[in-house]
Amino acid sequence: MEIGLSHYLTVAAILFAIGIFGIFLNRKNVIIILMSIELMLLAVNINLVAFSTHLGDLMGQVFALLVLTVAAGEAAIGLAILVAYHRNRGSIAVEDINMMKG
Amino acid sequence: MAVAGIFFYLFSAITVAAAFMVIAARNPVHSVLFLILAFFNSAGLFVLMGAEFLAMILVVVYVGAVAVLFLFVVMMLDIDFAELRQGMLQYLPVGGVIGVILLIELIFVVGSWALSPEAVATIADKAPSVGGITNTEAIGQILYTKYVYLFQAAGIVLLIAMVGAIVLTLHHKEGVRRQSIPRQVARTPATAIEVREVKSGEGLS
Repeated sequence: MEIGLSHYLTVAAILFAIGIFGIFLNRKNVIIILMSIELMLLAVNINLVAFSTHLGDLMGQVFALLVLTVAAGEAAIGLAILVAYHRNRGSIAVEDINMMKG
Repeated sequence: MAVAGIFFYLFSAITVAAAFMVIAARNPVHSVLFLILAFFNSAGLFVLMGAEFLAMILVVVYVGAVAVLFLFVVMMLDIDFAELRQGMLQYLPVGGVIGVILLIELIFVVGSWALSPEAVATIADKAPSVGGITNTEAIGQILYTKYVYLFQAAGIVLLIAMVGAIVLTLHHKEGVRRQSIPRQVARTPATAIEVREVKSGEGLS
């Protein structure tokens, strides 16, 4: 059976749904939420690369490189905020982060 | 092509299973390790698709930098993770319903999707044909010429992320003695040395 574009798109869709599910499942744990966001960005990258190689257009891979950069920066900033918050409040529970009453 | 099919199902099955364990594992350290497994197998999928450069970048950036950063933070913060897991079953139904609805929608989109013939005419950068230059060389040829501004923007994003992370986590403790180079340089013999008359046989009191 030939492995086509739709196979890769299905894998990416499953990964994205798992990322969404993880955000709901671990509502209290910011670290797991950040990991779920990484999973969703990975699914987006798989989509970009699948279309890029299927259509023979390299722009998709260049764009996936940019998404990778943003994901790395997002992880660094998110974890830095987490460390600073834990230093000030001694907890990282999401329910306690309500100083701005949002 | 049978080998490619076997490897596709192997890599994708391990990726999906590891991704599920990321969100379901009891210990966050195990979650990070499963995240690394998912990234490695996605890199395998990228190699199968023919994007070797991005596969290696994925291993270097995600496994080498992001996952290690996660591991570092998980182990450094002293958190009671059992407490954070309480109430998980309460969110399970709504999260499951939304996840399944989204998955079904996405699979419908993938199933009914077709490429229009005109789309091939809009290809911006042709990928190299088989047997020509490598994937890495082809990306390098367009990344530093046509997309050089995109490349620079990525660098600026990384610079700002680095500055932000340092600003957020750096803090000065009170009462730490630090070297003050201006004060050291500004010392003169007049301020540093005191000449005392010592009488013989008495010493300094």
